[in-house]
Amino acid sequence: MSMLAIRNARLIDPDSELDILGDLLVEDGKIAGFGADIFDNGIPDGAHLIDATGLILAPGLIDMRVVTGEPGSEHKETLGSAGDAAASGGVTSMVVMPQTNPVIDDISLVNYILRRGRDTSPINVYSAGALTTGLKSESMTELGLMAHAGAVMFSNGENPIADTRLMRRIMSYSSTFNALIAHRAIDPYLSEGTCAHESDYSSRLGLHGAPALSERIMAERDLALVELTGARYLIDLISSAETLPAIRRAKAKDLDVSASVSINHLALNEMDIGPYRSFAKLDPPLRTEQDRTALIAAINDGTIDVIVSAHDPRPAGEKRRPFSEASSGAVGLEILLSAGLTLVADGQLDLMAFLRAVTCNPADLLGLPQGRLKVGAPADLILIDEHKPWMCNVDQLKSLSRNTPFDERHMEGKAVMTICNGKIVFDINAN
Amino acid sequence: MLTANGLAGFTPRHLLSISDMNRLDIEMLLDLGEAYLDLSVQKDTQNHALAGKTLINLFFENSTRTEKSFELAGRRLGADVINMAIAQSSVAKGETLLDTAATLNAMNPDLLVIRHGASGAPALLSQKVSCAVINAGDGMHEHPTQALLDALCLRQAFAKTGQDIGGMRVAICGDILHSRVARSNIQLLNILGAEVRLIGPPTLLPADADRWGVDVFHDMKKGLEGCDVVMMLRLQLERMGGAFIPSKREYFHFYGLDRTKLAYAKPGALVMHPGPMNRGVEISSDVADDPEISLITKQVESGVAMRMAILHALSLKERGGRS
Repeated sequence: MSMLAIRNARLIDPDSELDILGDLLVEDGKIAGFGADIFDNGIPDGAHLIDATGLILAPGLIDMRVVTGEPGSEHKETLGSAGDAAASGGVTSMVVMPQTNPVIDDISLVNYILRRGRDTSPINVYSAGALTTGLKSESMTELGLMAHAGAVMFSNGENPIADTRLMRRIMSYSSTFNALIAHRAIDPYLSEGTCAHESDYSSRLGLHGAPALSERIMAERDLALVELTGARYLIDLISSAETLPAIRRAKAKDLDVSASVSINHLALNEMDIGPYRSFAKLDPPLRTEQDRTALIAAINDGTIDVIVSAHDPRPAGEKRRPFSEASSGAVGLEILLSAGLTLVADGQLDLMAFLRAVTCNPADLLGLPQGRLKVGAPADLILIDEHKPWMCNVDQLKSLSRNTPFDERHMEGKAVMTICNGKIVFDINAN
Repeated sequence: MLTANGLAGFTPRHLLSISDMNRLDIEMLLDLGEAYLDLSVQKDTQNHALAGKTLINLFFENSTRTEKSFELAGRRLGADVINMAIAQSSVAKGETLLDTAATLNAMNPDLLVIRHGASGAPALLSQKVSCAVINAGDGMHEHPTQALLDALCLRQAFAKTGQDIGGMRVAICGDILHSRVARSNIQLLNILGAEVRLIGPPTLLPADADRWGVDVFHDMKKGLEGCDVVMMLRLQLERMGGAFIPSKREYFHFYGLDRTKLAYAKPGALVMHPGPMNRGVEISSDVADDPEISLITKQVESGVAMRMAILHALSLKERGGRS
């Protein structure tokens, strides 16, 4: 029987909006109790004591969008290396996206990810299943069997499903399993061959730009299909202010609709691509400052439900190329929490709204018991030093790939300890 | 020899869809069909009900059992039967349906049995010919003779227990969207007073099917609860490749009828299938081949008797119409 007694922390539970000073007891991997007075009768014998004075104790982060290289491109990232990166970033659960090689479009791959995650990763690993075979947007996968095998959501990776009839059938079919369908809102024709946001800035740089309209058009189509089919639908990685009214309208109609945004799009804007900095080349592209502030406001008011790292490891060889030829994507497992806390410290993002979007909201969408301070819930916890200043240095990242636009950025706030299922999986003082 | 006294008041001139019929017509046809189920009546060489009459089987789609069933029914009633498989003939040369109709009409048939891939084709044909037209399946619209033979089969199967189709709970499972058999059966069972349930994945159910006087389910366990009869439908192979459903194995896992799923229905529930079956896709062989629970071969048997009754009834009508 292992016990952890965490003392004198600022306990924050985004689910119940609890924010008090107190203690928390972990027993056998579960939260056994918490509050201001649980240790009034003394600390249980044999409990490992952790002094959390001056630190926030919050649920561990749940990252709903992590791309790894396992299986198929283990040189980019394995489930083990991604798990180590996650632990040091305060992430205790991650959902692995299906764009591996082979694609996770079959129950055997779902089983593989879950087994390898359990065996090699210090944190909880969940699998998303592909919506279409090989992510080719041609035919539906075995959504029902994969859901039974443990796939917590379904996604078509970065590929939008242009075929409206196929999307209708997928939504309609999946509604019987109450499966969560995540889809990138991209009009593939409007966005074809683009590498930046369509604006005067990208035009001056001579880069083909994707209009924000591309996102809105696909989102509107999908939301109309949700209305028809009753599917559970997540707009994956929204990036523009133009899409927000559509989401608000759908939510006002009580549709089962949610939206996610990457931390990159909350912290950066199109100016960060600067003089062709391909490390800031992302998909969707970084958009304008107006878009960024609108997205932050949408987190604060709950229009956007989830913030993800959009972790996408790419070797330097794929990134150090002319901007239009470089691959898109950035690692984010070690950035998500700190970049969010930096926005909180800057007064842009509300702390409770931020934590909700990375803990209980994703947990509710995925049907997971963690992501909250609750007696009996899994003890997935983090201690946060919310004002710890540090500078992102790519050489210190634990990911096998180090492509990040945050290199040499000053950050405020960091996870100092990460506990997953009652075990300490990261301790900043131990390193 | 069987007389057709019971047909006084039988009104339809054609048999195009169940929705054209009333309960009385249906009961009369089923009664006559029941009489023809007796093999000594069916094979009575003295029965010349259709003697001197010409029956043309006009099949624009391939069929084995329906075509042969009509052929046998016609011959047993003494008719001259001509089978035309149009798929390989004039249509290939560009003739339209109405051209074909005019040609056939000139041959003065008395009964025209038609199967066509387009919904409504038999109705169109019936406006252009002067004989009785029987729909042997049109597109995704109706297959009324199948529904009638299913009802006859059910009547027989439940004769022992004295249970009537009225009040029975019948589940129709599988690809309802593309099924003409389902559309005819839903209407017929509703007319006869049964409680009809549809079970299938949402992609294989028509939009707003709940307005058809049925209860719609996507889960076999819930849908089969308390059912006296389980009608399985054939899943067309071309629907399986990820367009409507992901795969055969997923379909069988959730919607294939095996003993476990059958156990959700009422104890002693009977199983039907219009054939041809995809074993291991919509139905397990184990269930399909168990004579205690499967009515599948009985359905074929009822088919000949029911079609004899239909041909007989329409030929009387047709004669009456001319005189």
